[in-house]
Amino acid sequence: MTVLLKVNSVSKTFGGVVANRAVSMEVEKGTIVGLIGPNGSGKTTLFNSVVGYHPIDEGSIRFRAQEISHMRVPQIARLGLLRTFQQTRIYGGMDCVQNMLISRSMRKASFLELFHRQTGEGVERAENLLEFVGLYEKRRLLAGDLSFGQQKLLEFAMALMNEPEMLMLDEPTAGINPTLINGLIDRLKRANEEFGITLFVIEHNMRVIMNLAQRIYCLAHGEVLAEGLPDEIRNDKRVIDAYLGAH
Amino acid sequence: MQVSNNGQSSFTSKLMLYGGIAVVGLAAPLLFPAYQAQMAELWLFVVFALTWDLVGGQMGYNSFGNVVFVGVGMYACAVVQVGLYYEVSEYTDARGGGTEFVFDQGQYLTGLVAGLPVAALLAALFAVVLGALVLSLRGHYFAICTLGLGIAMGELASGWEWIGAGSGMTPAEPPRSMGNINRLHYYLAFGLAILTFCAIATLLRSRFALAINAIRDDEDKAEAMGMYTTRIKVTAWTCSALFLGAAGGIYGNLKRFIDPTETAFSGATIGVWMVLMAILGGKGTLWGPIIGAVVFQITKELTWTYILGWQRVALGVLIVAIVVFFPEGIMGRLKILFPERFGHRVETPDEAREEGR
Ligand SMILES: Nc1ncnc2c1ncn2[C@@H]1O[C@H](COP(=O)(O)OP(=O)(O)O)[C@@H](O)[C@H]1O
Ligand SMILES: [Mg+2]
Repeated sequence: MTVLLKVNSVSKTFGGVVANRAVSMEVEKGTIVGLIGPNGSGKTTLFNSVVGYHPIDEGSIRFRAQEISHMRVPQIARLGLLRTFQQTRIYGGMDCVQNMLISRSMRKASFLELFHRQTGEGVERAENLLEFVGLYEKRRLLAGDLSFGQQKLLEFAMALMNEPEMLMLDEPTAGINPTLINGLIDRLKRANEEFGITLFVIEHNMRVIMNLAQRIYCLAHGEVLAEGLPDEIRNDKRVIDAYLGAH
Repeated sequence: MQVSNNGQSSFTSKLMLYGGIAVVGLAAPLLFPAYQAQMAELWLFVVFALTWDLVGGQMGYNSFGNVVFVGVGMYACAVVQVGLYYEVSEYTDARGGGTEFVFDQGQYLTGLVAGLPVAALLAALFAVVLGALVLSLRGHYFAICTLGLGIAMGELASGWEWIGAGSGMTPAEPPRSMGNINRLHYYLAFGLAILTFCAIATLLRSRFALAINAIRDDEDKAEAMGMYTTRIKVTAWTCSALFLGAAGGIYGNLKRFIDPTETAFSGATIGVWMVLMAILGGKGTLWGPIIGAVVFQITKELTWTYILGWQRVALGVLIVAIVVFFPEGIMGRLKILFPERFGHRVETPDEAREEGR
C-alpha cells in the first residue's frame, strides 16, 4: 500500500491558542480514514493546513510524496486533493447543474479554455452524479434554495465531479436528517469503492465513523491521542475519557 | 442566465429583436438629428453599464472606479489625436484650438482610428496593473478602494501639465467641412455598443461566465475547487476596461472638452451612473444594464434641465429609492415573475421526472 497523504509533526497556533501540536498522520491510497475528537480539538484546523488555507508553523505535509505545505489552495486542489467545508459551501445563485459544471476538474486545461463556448460536455456526468446523491429532480433549482442537507449532498456531488484522488470531508453528516444518514454513508462507501477516491473524514457521530472508516485517528487538545482500527478506538480508555470529559 | 430558447420560434424572435435594434440604431440620427449627441451618449452609457455589470453584477465585485478606465481612454485618445500632428505640450499650453492647431479631415479621422485602439489598450493595461493590486480585496474594501482610485486619478491628471493639468484638454477639433461631427460620434458609439454587447454575450456563454458567477457566490469555495480566482478576476476587469477605454475616447470627442475631474475621472457623475444603470436594469443579467441605460438616459435628458441645480440631489434620491425599493432591477423583477423564461425552476419534482432527459 502506498501512502497518499503524510502529515508529519505539523504544528499550528493562533495567537496563544495551540490548535495543532506535532500532529502526524498517514492516509493510505484507496482507504477511508476517520478523524474524530471533541469540539475544538483542532480537526478542522488540520484540514485547513493540509489544503493550504493557512501556513503551518512547523512540520511537513506530503501528498503523493510531494511537499505541499508551501502551496496555495487552488494549486493543491488541482493536484487532486479536495476538501468540503464544515459550514457547507455551494454557489447559491447558480442552479445545481451549473454548480456541477463549474466544479469539473480543469486540471489539464489551459487558462484560455475558460473562454471556449460551453458545450453539452459534462452535463450528462453532472446529471448522473446528481442522481447518485439523489438530487436529480432538483437539478434546475437554484442551489441557494435547497435545504441545508440537500446543499451538503450537492457539495459532495460537486467534489465527485472534480474527480479528486483524495477527498477530505469535514463532518459530512452534521445537520443532515438522521433518516438520510445511512444513505449518505452508503454513498461515501461507493465513492470510495466504485470511483476509487481515498476519503479522509472528520466525523462527530461515533456510530457513523465506526461504520465507515477502516482506520481512525483521535485528536484531543490539538494532539493525536490515539490511532487504530475502529474497534481499538471504540474501546480505548483515553478516547472514551476525552469524549466524556468534553461533554 | 438567458432566455431559454425553444427552437425555431425563439430564433425568429431573436432575429426580429436584433434586426429591430439595428434598424432603429442606424436610422435614429437621420430621424432625430437634433438629438444625435444625446443618443451617442446613450450608446456609451450602454457600454458603461454592460461592462460594469460584468464585474459588479456577474462577478459580484462592486466597483466605483471603472471611471478610471473611461478617463484613461479619454486622455489617451486625445493625446494620440493631437500628438500625431503637433507637440502635445505646446498644444495644451495654448489651451488647444486657435489658428495654430488645425486638423483637416484626414488628420481628424486618422487620429480617431489610431487613438481609439490605443485608448482601449492603455485602459486594459491599467486594469491589469490596478487589478493585481486591488482585486485581492473583497466586498466593501474593494468598493471603497476603487472609489479612491477614481479620485486619485483625477488628482493626478489635475496636476500633470503635459495634458493640461487642471485646465483640462481639448481633443482635436474636427474641421468645419465635416459638418455636424456628432453624427460620426454617434455611429462610433453605436458600433462600440454592438461590439461590447457581442463580446459580453459571447463571454456569458463560455465557462468563464460560470467561473465569475462562482466567484460572486463563494470565492473561497471556488479556490478550494482549484480555481485561480485572482487571474479570473483580473481578466474580467481587463475585458471591461478594454471597452471602457474606447468608450472614453469617443466620450471625450463628443464632449469636446476634457476636464480632469468633471469629465474624465468623474466619479460623482458617470462613475455612479454606470452602477445605477446596471442596478436599475437588473444586476447580473445581459439585457438589464442595457434597459437600465436607456431608461436612465431618457429620464435624465427629459428631467435634467427642469431640475437645474438639484440634479445631484435628485440623483441621490434616485439611488436610495432604487437600492431600497427596487434592488433586483427591471430584469430581476421579470425573473422573479417569470422564472420559467429564465431556465430556473421553482419547485417541480414530478414535472421534471416526466419531462425526462
Ligand atoms: N482562524 C482561527 N483563528 C483563531 N483561532 C482559531 C482559528 N481556527 C481555529 N481556531 C481555534 O483552534 C482550535 C481548534 O479549532 P478547530 O480546528 O475548529 O476544532 P474542531 O474542528 O476540532 O472542532 C479552537 O480552539 C479554535 O478556537
Ligand atoms: Mg471543525
